[in-house]
Amino acid sequence: MSERLRARFAEAKGEGRAAFVAYVMAGFPEPDQTVPLLLGLEAGGADVIELGVPFTDPLADGATIQRANEVAVAAGVTFADCLGMVREARAQGLSAPLVLMGYDNPLLAYGEERAAADAADAGADGFIVVDLPPDEAGAFRKACADHGVSFVPLIAPTTAESRMGEVASVADSFIYCVSVTGTTGGAAVPPEVGELVATIRQHTDVPIAVGFGVSTEEQVARVGRVAEGVIVGSAIIAAIEGGSVEGCVDRVRAYVERVTGRSREGA
Amino acid sequence: MSTETRSELAPRFGEFGGRYIPEVLVAAHEELEESYEAARRDPAFREELATLQRHYAGRPTPLYFAERLTEEVGGARLWLKREDLAHTGAHKINNALGQALLAKRLGKPRIIAETGAGQHGVATATVCAKLNLECVVYMGTEDIRRQSLNVFRMKMLGAEVVPVDSGSRTLKDAINEAMRDWVTNVRTTHYLIGSAIGPHPFPTMVRDFQAVIGQEAREQMLEQAGRLPDVAVACVGGGSNAIGLFHPFIEDPVRLVGVEAAGEGLAEPGRNAATLVAGSPGVLHGTRTYLLQDEAGQILDTHSISAGLDYPGVGPEHSWLKVTERAEYIATDDAEALDGFQRLTRSEGIIPALEPAHAILPAIRLADEIGEGGDVLIGLSGRGDKDMHTVAEALGVTL
Ligand SMILES: Cc1ncc(COP(=O)(O)O)c(C=O)c1O
Repeated sequence: MSERLRARFAEAKGEGRAAFVAYVMAGFPEPDQTVPLLLGLEAGGADVIELGVPFTDPLADGATIQRANEVAVAAGVTFADCLGMVREARAQGLSAPLVLMGYDNPLLAYGEERAAADAADAGADGFIVVDLPPDEAGAFRKACADHGVSFVPLIAPTTAESRMGEVASVADSFIYCVSVTGTTGGAAVPPEVGELVATIRQHTDVPIAVGFGVSTEEQVARVGRVAEGVIVGSAIIAAIEGGSVEGCVDRVRAYVERVTGRSREGA
Repeated sequence: MSTETRSELAPRFGEFGGRYIPEVLVAAHEELEESYEAARRDPAFREELATLQRHYAGRPTPLYFAERLTEEVGGARLWLKREDLAHTGAHKINNALGQALLAKRLGKPRIIAETGAGQHGVATATVCAKLNLECVVYMGTEDIRRQSLNVFRMKMLGAEVVPVDSGSRTLKDAINEAMRDWVTNVRTTHYLIGSAIGPHPFPTMVRDFQAVIGQEAREQMLEQAGRLPDVAVACVGGGSNAIGLFHPFIEDPVRLVGVEAAGEGLAEPGRNAATLVAGSPGVLHGTRTYLLQDEAGQILDTHSISAGLDYPGVGPEHSWLKVTERAEYIATDDAEALDGFQRLTRSEGIIPALEPAHAILPAIRLADEIGEGGDVLIGLSGRGDKDMHTVAEALGVTL
């Protein structure tokens, strides 16, 4: 629900820190690891979770997340399967708000209205659709609003200032600020990201989470000083890839504990 | 559907088209749309393009009466619009020239492109050499293998050819990789898309640059045949040569038939590239159009003997022409394409590319159906030199 996302950003703010937003790809490295990974992310200190919905043609993703997409697609993981994983994670006690992230076509194939309804029912809180800018999202945004899930818009360094207000007005939980022109896992978050956030800030009060090019402890801390949320994706996929399948949950949890500098046991 | 009377370029063709793109690219598309809108009204731009088309690309291309083939068939007269005679050997140069001039107007010194058969890559590399633009071409490794001659041509022309080893290693994956380059370098780079696909304004802009094919053919038919054709037939990959041929005939009583690649047959998903015949609507590469996809919305692998038709999407205007039934779409398999290739080669001394070879047998059938006194116009989109290795392999000949 949008409400659960808003509450989590407010809670982090109340504690004087940025929310840590962690991305994993559903079905990667193997479908039965996804639920344990979601729980491990939360245990490690993730405030918000992005669950990647696999797609054959992830054209805004760099090599790392492309690989994860390929593996998950090959394993036959569908949007319906993603919802099943969310449902199971909730049954096992996941309390962090969870946003489904991916591309438009799998949602269209499932049916936009049904996707929003079933996502809400499964316990998901929102959507980030990389290739669905607000201008094209009329019907889907309405479906999200009707079912109480959040449509999270993106703002990039190339977004005209004149457009920022319009894009921001669509947000009801947070805004995804893309830190660099590029794909995921590409260039490191640049120092000027603070200025980009400040510019967006002039157009909205909604929390801003910054992603793309954030992986090290130092980068997480630096972005956390200028934005309400810090998003990490490729580095988590890399941690999953960095050893045995059985060890992936421990590695991811250790990574999140390290970069957030804390652990929220029993959160 | 003509945009001539509109002040703005319509972003959609009915329910198809649109702009399904990452936010990073929105500004570039708005800028491109504005710049194209201004350029198409600017007499200086039109004159510059027309001059290059005439003196550099060799336009107008001939309309050729295929007399022997017509005699053999014994039906309607068969006419070939000879895009194979355009500079670089295919219709792709029409679009490459137009967009490269536009990139200059936009002040973007770097051009990226995707290519399947290599014809669009060669056309782009050629135009970049002439206009002194940096050129990077993305190409699937499977296509690099089957189109090695064109790869070497691009390199000789000064382009960098970047192999793409993801997915099915063909056109679709080359487009993904070009898009990734574009989101990274959008401030300095123009993505010179090679077909009437992609986000608005590409499908309209590419259509307009290719419409010269149909405009010339229409005039030439009136002059040489004394009438309009009964039907116009063209192969459809992304659909640029077909939409270029069809568009000027849309208001005329002319049947329009697009021919897709049935590959190894329509029965098995993943072994053909007949998007309009066998697909369903969805969103890929920034546009809403027919796609070859599974029930979960994953894009299927494709196969065609011709690299240029080997694509799971299609230009959105074709989707519109299909659902409104203004055009018909059929599919020809690998074996029929080879057959058409040989028929035209033997009876007219014209070696077609494997892409338009898909349109030959359907055109012959139509000529037979329409009968004497009728006229069938075929879009001969390119020449076959690039395909000699593939044809030899298919015929079991070792070169
Ligand atoms: C000669 C020729 N014809 C046709 C095509 C297919 O493209 P389109 O459908 O955009 O004309 C190609 C693509 O490479 C080609 O080289």
